[in-house]
Amino acid sequence: MEAKVANDWRLRGQRYRLEGERCGHCGAAIFPPRDICPECGKPAKTPAPLSGRGEVYTFSTVYNAPEGFEPYTPYTVALVKLEEGPVVTAQLTDVAPKDVQIGMPVEMVTRRLRTHGEEGTIVYGYKFRPRVGA
Amino acid sequence: MRDVAIIGIGQTPVDEHWTTGIRHLMLEAGLSALQDAAIETVDAVYVGNMLSGEIAGQSQLGALAVDFMGLGNTEAFKVEAACASGAAALRVGTMAVASGMANLVLALGVEKMTDTGGRETTAALAAAADAEYEAGQGISFVALNALLMQRYMYEYGWKHEDFANFAVTAHANGVNNPNAMFQSRISAEAYARAPMIATPVGLLDASPVCDGAAAVVLAPAEYARALSPAPVKIRASAVGMAPLAVHSRKDPLALEAARTSAHKAYQLANVKPEDLDFFELHDAFTIMAALSLEASGFAERGKGVQLALDGEITLQGRVPIATMGGLKARGHPVGATGIYQVVEAVLQLRGLAGANQLPNARLGMTQNIGGSGATIITHILEGMG
Repeated sequence: MEAKVANDWRLRGQRYRLEGERCGHCGAAIFPPRDICPECGKPAKTPAPLSGRGEVYTFSTVYNAPEGFEPYTPYTVALVKLEEGPVVTAQLTDVAPKDVQIGMPVEMVTRRLRTHGEEGTIVYGYKFRPRVGA
Repeated sequence: MRDVAIIGIGQTPVDEHWTTGIRHLMLEAGLSALQDAAIETVDAVYVGNMLSGEIAGQSQLGALAVDFMGLGNTEAFKVEAACASGAAALRVGTMAVASGMANLVLALGVEKMTDTGGRETTAALAAAADAEYEAGQGISFVALNALLMQRYMYEYGWKHEDFANFAVTAHANGVNNPNAMFQSRISAEAYARAPMIATPVGLLDASPVCDGAAAVVLAPAEYARALSPAPVKIRASAVGMAPLAVHSRKDPLALEAARTSAHKAYQLANVKPEDLDFFELHDAFTIMAALSLEASGFAERGKGVQLALDGEITLQGRVPIATMGGLKARGHPVGATGIYQVVEAVLQLRGLAGANQLPNARLGMTQNIGGSGATIITHILEGMG
């Protein structure tokens, strides 16, 4: 798959700062941004970064990767339920696949997601690691 | 609105068709359906397909189909809803005939998945998910299903081996289907030994990458008996939707779109799950078979696996599924699957399912799942013979 530079650039707020939205009507935290609150259906365009703390809701270790991700196999992907409520799909990092458990506390870190060949862009974004400290 | 019936069916074998391209797959299935219906032309052709743009570099499949089938300027276009594209094409055709905007419609499903290497095909399939927030994180389509299976095992205490009968039963039924990709049995031991693709989904939890095309001819039910010796009435066609990404669903294991579409279909047909003689469900992965049985009212939450363990999903069981091999053994050429399910249901309802024929099959249901469960389309079919 070719690099989509503009698309990667548009997503910088989400990928680097886990930037979502806060609903001004019902207070719900929203990620990814969708401008309409999934809880109350009202407009919600106020940007709000999320804490990046959460726990593993479910996970899978991938042995057959899609094109672009093969150099990294095996890697573990998870649904992470954030403290504020939204659930995020992301890779886990700094942990062996056998040590991952449902309910494990994790925190967001910035890591390389993939590269687009020798001369292409390197895409960075969020991954989650076992929470350090409390 | 008019009642709609199926008056002709056609299918190619599901296989790795190295010598046949997408246009000839469409041609073979489409002409065979027209021949079965004993007609030469239709008012419209709707083509269910997911990956032709990505894999064959070919869009505008509707134009390609009518051009190469010799149907001239017949209305035609492609309908896409990931793995539910086939059922979506059938639904568009059903709406056209029901509304009176067309009398005869060919609903065709086609997919050609083996012209690219495994990793390219895997990446193309991942496009069924949220490209920016799921696929962009390196998640494969298999892994999305694996996330559901892992959570299901955690919540309800099932082990991987408990899912074996879904795959074992599908393969046992595939043995007697000459169009199935796998016409061979597998054992529970082989299932347990299969390598992991994305834990806990192993190779034998998953349907294969393959090629195939299937087609049905639709007509107003009031004329169906004059046109066909064994027409099948579409008693219900219903769509359910859920958020595109698994992470956006309130209760991912509920398979909410299946619940919505199945229950809408029951209401339209005025039937209950126990009235159905069989259920062609979307066993792209063993977990999806379990979730679909639960959401469609055949088992309580967390108990879908029990039906498989108890042998209730076999041809002799209470809820026969995948009667001609299902997605696991017949194969899952994604955009064609929804039509294959209907073709096989019609065979059962005509009494032409060979060694896998269910006794007195009168009422059947098909369910086609797009992506990890965002678009789910259910049809209820009844033999008019």
